[in-house]
Amino acid sequence: MSKSIAFIRTEDAPSLPPPSSHVGWRKWLWDNMFSSMANFGSIGAAIRSVLIILLTVTLLYFGLTVIWSLIKFALIDAVWSDPDTLKRGICATVAQGGVAEGNVGACWPFIGAKGKLIIYGRYPEMELWRVNALFVGLAVGILWMVWERAPFRRQVGILMLTVFPLAAFILLTGGNVHYSSGTWTTFIALTVIFLGGGLVGARNLLGEVMFALSGFFIVFGMFVAAALIAMFVTSLDLGLVHVETANWGGLLVTLVVAITGIVASLPLGIVLALGRRSKLPLISYLCIGFIEFWRGVPLITVLFMSSVMLPLFLPEGVEFDKLLRALIGVALFSAAYMAEVVRGGLQAIPKGQYEGAMALGLSYPQMTRLIILPQALKIVIPGIVNTFIGLFKDTTLVLIIGLFDLLGTIQSTFTDAGWATPVMSPTGYLVAATMFWAFCFSMSRYSLHLERKLDTGHKR
Amino acid sequence: MTTENKNTAVSGETVIKIENMNKWYGQFHVLRDINLNVKQGERIVICGPSGSGKSTLIRCINRLEEHQDGLIAVNGTELSGDLKNIEAIRRDVGMCFQHFNLFPHLTVMENCTLAPIWVRKTPRKEAEASAMEYLERVKIPDQAFKYPGQLSGGQQQRVAIARSLCMNPQIMLFDEPTSALDPEMIKEVLDVMVELASTGMTMICVTHEMGFARTVADRVIFMDEGQIIEENEPEEFFNNPKSERTQKFLSQILSH
Amino acid sequence: MADTSGTGRRSLSTLIYDEKFRGIVYQIVVAVALISIVWWIVGNTLDNLQEQDKKSGFGFLGQTAGFQILSSLGTSLVDYTAGVSTYWDVFIIGIINTLAVAISGIIMATIIGFMMGVMRLSKNAVFNSFATVYIEILRNVPLLLQIFFWYFFVLRALPNKRDKLELGTENFAINITGLYGPEPIPQEGFRWTMYALLAAFFLIWALAKFAKRLQENTGKRLPVFWLSAATLIGLPLIVHMYNGSPLLWEMPEFRDTGPKLRQGFQASGMVIKPEMIALWLALSLYTASFIAENVRSGILAVSHGQTEASSALGLKASSTLQLVVIPQAMRVIIPPLTSQYLNLTKNSSLAVAIAYPDIVSVFAGTALNQVGQEIEMIFMMMLVYLVLSVGTSAIMNWFNNRMRIVER
Repeated sequence: MSKSIAFIRTEDAPSLPPPSSHVGWRKWLWDNMFSSMANFGSIGAAIRSVLIILLTVTLLYFGLTVIWSLIKFALIDAVWSDPDTLKRGICATVAQGGVAEGNVGACWPFIGAKGKLIIYGRYPEMELWRVNALFVGLAVGILWMVWERAPFRRQVGILMLTVFPLAAFILLTGGNVHYSSGTWTTFIALTVIFLGGGLVGARNLLGEVMFALSGFFIVFGMFVAAALIAMFVTSLDLGLVHVETANWGGLLVTLVVAITGIVASLPLGIVLALGRRSKLPLISYLCIGFIEFWRGVPLITVLFMSSVMLPLFLPEGVEFDKLLRALIGVALFSAAYMAEVVRGGLQAIPKGQYEGAMALGLSYPQMTRLIILPQALKIVIPGIVNTFIGLFKDTTLVLIIGLFDLLGTIQSTFTDAGWATPVMSPTGYLVAATMFWAFCFSMSRYSLHLERKLDTGHKR
Repeated sequence: MTTENKNTAVSGETVIKIENMNKWYGQFHVLRDINLNVKQGERIVICGPSGSGKSTLIRCINRLEEHQDGLIAVNGTELSGDLKNIEAIRRDVGMCFQHFNLFPHLTVMENCTLAPIWVRKTPRKEAEASAMEYLERVKIPDQAFKYPGQLSGGQQQRVAIARSLCMNPQIMLFDEPTSALDPEMIKEVLDVMVELASTGMTMICVTHEMGFARTVADRVIFMDEGQIIEENEPEEFFNNPKSERTQKFLSQILSH
Repeated sequence: MADTSGTGRRSLSTLIYDEKFRGIVYQIVVAVALISIVWWIVGNTLDNLQEQDKKSGFGFLGQTAGFQILSSLGTSLVDYTAGVSTYWDVFIIGIINTLAVAISGIIMATIIGFMMGVMRLSKNAVFNSFATVYIEILRNVPLLLQIFFWYFFVLRALPNKRDKLELGTENFAINITGLYGPEPIPQEGFRWTMYALLAAFFLIWALAKFAKRLQENTGKRLPVFWLSAATLIGLPLIVHMYNGSPLLWEMPEFRDTGPKLRQGFQASGMVIKPEMIALWLALSLYTASFIAENVRSGILAVSHGQTEASSALGLKASSTLQLVVIPQAMRVIIPPLTSQYLNLTKNSSLAVAIAYPDIVSVFAGTALNQVGQEIEMIFMMMLVYLVLSVGTSAIMNWFNNRMRIVER
């Protein structure tokens, strides 16, 4: 009486909803909370579960305490307005000689009173529109480049790297720079010699040697010509009042240092990265040496060097603005980091791209400009953004050589006896931290977004 | 195609001359005493086991690789360290790669017009018109404004061929153009190559497509261990290989 | 197309197109440009120095330094006395203090960083979100601000100098002037304990070799970890006890009676100054947030298939982690970890902002103000960092090479 093994389904098994413990918030809670601490199967596992429970509770308590005290300080206990202009009185407790009762939190009227200082430093009141115009221009430019469907993104990007810095310089300082006649003559002569020589030479009118060198002459000539144009534009008298950099401060200085650093370091970094990969030993070793030197020393030492040693390196009588000295140091320093970022991009370009370009007969400069750099720079945009975040945070170091950036300005306000209360410095630090955090966090999100996009985007 | 299609356009003029050429990678002697003359309009297929130096040989012809000894002359211009000669030769010699090496950041059209515009200084309009012509010849004019990443492998290789043709080369080098392709795409690329051959283009192809070699080639060259072992007309080469190594290679490659 | 004859004619026009010749010319041009710039700078510098009537050379290193230095590891190791010790001593103190804060920071940052990195991947929502918030806040706020936060805000909230906060026992206490604890003072015979410690290290090494051989030959596994721990602690302890514990602990002395001015901690016992604590905390917590991200991406880089394959082979979860995941993840983690260590070391230069006597603050700051020889002193300071950087990368490269997967 063997049973048949044949089986035929006559009725469909019903399609049921999952058990209630597998859906909704209960599932979430189980998966994300209790699954890690519910194993009591053996003594070891039980001990582990208990430890995890204890740690979870501790962290939860600690985290919530910190968040709560922050909210309490910044919002609940905070002093919001100072209608009678009591200044420190409004934020000091009765015991401290003020009018506030109970716990005092953040002193927001203090920040309100110092707001202008924190953003512009001591930039003259009448001229603030210049800074504001710049901020607006910067914001528009950045949004334009970030918005992926905007037209002319590339062109706007180029404008932001060329015209914008020049405009910023003129607006902030007032332009009307006086260059010595010697400087003028030198630059005009160099432009004529190199650009003119290159252009005429390229037509093969000056003999074969000049024809061969014309490419180099034109490239170098364009650099000199660009410098000449920049000199000309900055020497114009547009009727703007000259504002000493000593009067700049706050967010303005932070942005100036960070953006100058990144804009100046980009071309320098590209040159260094290309140089490092050069087949010519002298050039590649020089670039390696330069890059590794700046990457090996801390920014502070660089700032020390540029503020103390730079004046020694230059001929007597050449006076350098303190901010400019810091900017030179920052630009050289970040160029080394930028070079490494760009090198990463260059290394990611497959060898076939070089071969394809060479087989078509492109020369080295053409290949680099048309094929390699456009691809490499696109890959390294997230890296550039990350470098910028680092630089943005590092600008705080300029306060050590006596410049007033965002942090330095906020710290300098603590010396105002009119507002001196125990909550003054925590309020100031909270504002500084929040501003830096907002800038850096949004930039890091953007770079992450770009990385993901590049990852999924079609390659080859 | 039948043997009647055999090339009659071979003129007496030598366009590539390689004499006693040697090349080393460090200590390794990759190319040994290579002698080869290619006449105008001739179609040559180079085959051989992997690592035999066939790719290296044709990459020496447009100096993607440097040879250390002997002479390579293209159109009477000798290849040496002279950049001007190298540029001149690269203008006249087109090349297609195994992995296409299209520029991913440029559209198909930009890929095709890049070199004419920057190297030959052709006006853009003219370059685009001629690019369109070549894209039609390789049968993908409708893809002209797409990016290479949006095309199939076969289409990409055809774009690569069109891109080389846009420079009006006198000689075309093919470095295993079909070996990175899926089987169904090989035919479309080979068709383009056969069509190109029928126009009288001088071609040197490194390939394992023996059918192509039989129908199109004027001469088949077999290389092994960096040397030219045997060269002959395809008929003779396939039906009556002289060298033992050739016989072994052919038996391996044709056995399945 | 010219020059087809190949007669070897070498006119200028062919030479200028020669690859090698061009390369040489480029290099010569660069070399000449560089040398002339350096020449110009050196010339200017010499002129300026002469103008300012400044001394040059390293003779100042032998002169005595007349300023006080905050008591720190460096000052106690070098035995610094103002007016007696030289600038060379100051330089050494700076290096020791930089190393002290860098090494202790690296240890702490590694521990916290790995913890946070693993927690970031935990399925436990509390762990996960705690680590996420930690990482996202700390890495996006400037380090200098964090140092200020710890130094001017947290540590200022401590009891004042005539008061103290005891940490568990009477012998450990903290107030605004620092963290006080017993100072070990070795007596005659303590060196034997040290020898025993060395011997213990040697024994552990031998034990590891033996355990490996035993496993290879018999398949038996020794509890190597526990045995090593027992040796490392037990052997020196026994020797120490046998010699009658030749280590004196000098307890910190706290006075809360007597004249008001003399109250508080007295000059005995060991003290860690708040500058050091603030710098150490800020450096390690900040760097930990970066290390955590490296750890996370390192672990994520080990593909899921590896874990599954290992489970399928029947390895326990802990063995999977130890034998499969960690070795592979470490290979990804170590290179960025190296650069984080270097960053931490370089960032320790922010000490100057709160006057912790590191190399920048005490040598390129205070001493430079006294001596005024910028070039020599900044050069020496930069050299220290360069040596540290090159040294660390050399060690890490060596380590990395040992860990590398052999690929074809």
